[in-house]
Amino acid sequence: MSNSIHSFANSEGARPANAPVNRPLLELRNLSTHYISGQGSRVVRAVDDVTLTVNAGETLGIVGESGSGKSTLALTILRVLPPAAHIVDGHMMFEGEDLVRKSDAEMRQIRGKRIAMILQDPMASLNPLFTVGDQVAEPIRVHESASRANAWRRAIDLLKAVRIASPETRVRQHPHEMSGGMRQRIVGAIGMSCEPRLLIADEPTTSLDLTIQAQYLNLLRDLQREHGLALIFITHNLGIVAKMCNQLAVMYAGRVVESGPVSRIFNAPAHPYTEALLNSIPRMGDGRERLTAIEGQPPNLASLPPGCAFAARCSSAFERCRVEAPPEADLGGGQMARCWLAVPAPARAVAGAV
Amino acid sequence: MSTTTESRLLAATLPSRFSFVRSRDFPLVPVAILGVIVFVAVFADLLAPHDPQVGSLAARFRPPFWQTGGGASYLLGTDQLGRDVLSRLIFGARVSLVVGFTAVIFAGVVGTTLGIVSGYLGGWVDQVIMRVVDAWLALPALSFAIFLAAIVGPSEMNIVIILGLVFWTRYARIVRGEVLSLKERDFVRLAVVAGCSKWTIMRRHILPNVVNSAIVLASLMLGVVIIAEASLSFLGVGVPPPKPAWGVMLSDGKQGLMVGYWWLTVFPGCCIMLMVLSANLLGDWLRVKLDPQLRQL
Amino acid sequence: MKQFIIRRLGYSVLSLLLLSLTIFFFVRVTGDPATLLVEPGASEADIAAIHHQFGLDRPLVVQYALFMVNLLRGDLGQSFYYQMPVSELYLSRLPNSLLLATVAMSFSLLVGLPVGVLTAVRTGGFWDSAGKLFTLLGLSLPSFFVGLLMILFFSVFLGWLPSSGSGTVWHLFMPAFALGWYFAAAHMRLMRSAMLDVLGSEYVKLARLKGLPQIMIIGKHALKNALTPVITLAGINLVQMINVAVIVETVFAWPGVGRLLYEGVSFRDFPVVQGVVILGGSMIVIVNLIVDIFYAVLDPRIRLEA
Repeated sequence: MSNSIHSFANSEGARPANAPVNRPLLELRNLSTHYISGQGSRVVRAVDDVTLTVNAGETLGIVGESGSGKSTLALTILRVLPPAAHIVDGHMMFEGEDLVRKSDAEMRQIRGKRIAMILQDPMASLNPLFTVGDQVAEPIRVHESASRANAWRRAIDLLKAVRIASPETRVRQHPHEMSGGMRQRIVGAIGMSCEPRLLIADEPTTSLDLTIQAQYLNLLRDLQREHGLALIFITHNLGIVAKMCNQLAVMYAGRVVESGPVSRIFNAPAHPYTEALLNSIPRMGDGRERLTAIEGQPPNLASLPPGCAFAARCSSAFERCRVEAPPEADLGGGQMARCWLAVPAPARAVAGAV
Repeated sequence: MSTTTESRLLAATLPSRFSFVRSRDFPLVPVAILGVIVFVAVFADLLAPHDPQVGSLAARFRPPFWQTGGGASYLLGTDQLGRDVLSRLIFGARVSLVVGFTAVIFAGVVGTTLGIVSGYLGGWVDQVIMRVVDAWLALPALSFAIFLAAIVGPSEMNIVIILGLVFWTRYARIVRGEVLSLKERDFVRLAVVAGCSKWTIMRRHILPNVVNSAIVLASLMLGVVIIAEASLSFLGVGVPPPKPAWGVMLSDGKQGLMVGYWWLTVFPGCCIMLMVLSANLLGDWLRVKLDPQLRQL
Repeated sequence: MKQFIIRRLGYSVLSLLLLSLTIFFFVRVTGDPATLLVEPGASEADIAAIHHQFGLDRPLVVQYALFMVNLLRGDLGQSFYYQMPVSELYLSRLPNSLLLATVAMSFSLLVGLPVGVLTAVRTGGFWDSAGKLFTLLGLSLPSFFVGLLMILFFSVFLGWLPSSGSGTVWHLFMPAFALGWYFAAAHMRLMRSAMLDVLGSEYVKLARLKGLPQIMIIGKHALKNALTPVITLAGINLVQMINVAVIVETVFAWPGVGRLLYEGVSFRDFPVVQGVVILGGSMIVIVNLIVDIFYAVLDPRIRLEA
């Protein structure tokens, strides 16, 4: 299995000079989360054998179609899975501690305080009956036992930090009195409130207007720089990845099919799926008449084929792909691909065949 | 456009997402019970050992057969006029069923029709009908029924009409809601564009699609109607004596209660309870089966 | 906010108008109202006199106008049996019904709400089944049957509680329970449904992600949101209870407005019957209005509804 991926100095995301390089902030090793229903008869392998590393101050982008397992991965890290989902294998090492082993009470100390998460739909994530200030101050009061007055003051500062105008007034308002962009900033403020080391953002810009998206992304980047925050950015939009992330992991059918530094992958994708994703982005002046789509449908996670999950839609697939799932192949420079094409030619033949 | 509270009240008085049966479970026991009741009602003349309306004064207040003083001839005991309880229960099933079903169907037909007309035609027709529905929904059902019964006098036919009048509004409100969303669907728009008359559309396209909700609502209302009828009979304004309605039996039974003649109360009450329970469970199952999206119900 | 109140008020007035119209309509349409207004056994001459006295020989519109004028003045006619103005009679009995309804409502909330929350938070298991059974029975058993059974059990067989009348706290027990069970079931069901809805929402998910303790998530975030529909229903149900209590009050001979209705029917005292129905319906309209306004205060989003 591959070892930790080292970051490079010339990546797009910034890393503060004093961040420790020796130990990764978050290390996922062979993590698997399955949904089990019908008394064990139906198993959906939502997250399968995932190995990823995030270092302090880095931004990791996780890209995939819906159903690829990226959201389940995020919920797994924070251990807020629905009752039918179980972590069946693997470790999640956060600052040296294994999150899989922790009790719920211990996880609660971590959630919102050391690892925070922001969700996609800000209107739904904010409780309509409470003021914005109350909701931003809440984690501060719970995790740091701050007094009401102190927490409230911090909330106002946080609103300022996420660039909301007239925070003193806004803080007393309710979510429905604000625009979508403002609400998402508030969700961001909630995430930042206890100065976490890691922030997971699950498609935070999907529900925003395009013009607001850019502002929001810039805000996130600035916050990251100021606080030395590590960011996991879940998205289906490669453009955002190019702008925000220095590391990338591509997920398909619950598995990580390619990972590594963004620049390397964008220049030379190793996995056919990644290549197809990059090709499907229309570019001005490239002369193509038709948009390139990826043929076929995403697989049914409850009944995955024995070989590579992408084989059915892959134009470069050959026999071994359909029979045996490919291992993670190290391509050097921190890049990894789960593909038989990435494995040196002699090993590609089906085992036992001439 | 109905008031917020009233629609909430209506939505809340019907079972929401609290199903007693899973969708795959066919409610065998409730259906069997209802089947037995129907069977008994149909074949009452053959099954009842005695005439339900004629009593023998020598045999008053006999207890059920397993207590001392009871016997095989009056299995479940007799009432204050010496009438056999079992026979009265059997014939009472007929009354409850007939009144219950008829009232539910009457309310259903009227309510569904007006709901479709109101929802589809819109405009002032809708406003008028909905204002009436709102006003009638505001009237307390039981009191209104009692009021009407007091005016027209009790009889089986009158009760059916009264109950129908009191309960049609529930159908109208729900059916109208469905029609409003159906109106926007493409197949209706297609029919309009194709030149169908309003009445044809309402009959051919809208009606079949609301029938499901109407059926579910009917099964749920059956229990309510039966309790209403029993309540009216209990108060003396329902089915008039000497006809053996279960509610009337309960009212008669009150006299014997203080001296411990429990069978006059327990048996008719249990019959009512069994019938209503079965109707509720059946309605629950139908609701989940026919359309799991029936959240508004 | 003011706009909302005014609109809502207008709505209520319209409902009240329609209510009175409906009552008026039914009385006129089902036969000669004079027969209802005289005491049983009156002669032809009496009926003619009634016709004249109540203006029944005038055009319908005029009759309705007179009816409305009287209503607005609070004149609902005179009871034959009690020889008192109906409105006075009603108001004298209302406190008793209110007492019964309040106790029954408290019971239904004290039992219904916690059980509803419990069955929502722990689906499946003992509480879920117990709750379902309780609800099923509560919705299927007619209240008078419950009342009669209780009398049988607690008065006749055990001799613990008095079976009728009012006056002491012991008299309240059985009628309140018989009346309240159905509503406890209804409230429990609604509470559970609302809680389940809220527990599945995104903001509860975020609350979990913030690392808030479970008690806080349920108690603060979930409960407040789930309570609003339930309290609304409870408010409406209070009045509904008073109206539905006819049965229970009759069984237990509780001197409230329900029993008044029964007496009116038994003694063929039509003005009483009409009066109780009109006042009962009006109370519902008024309570709906109050609850809607209260709801708007509680939930800031409602105020902005067009």
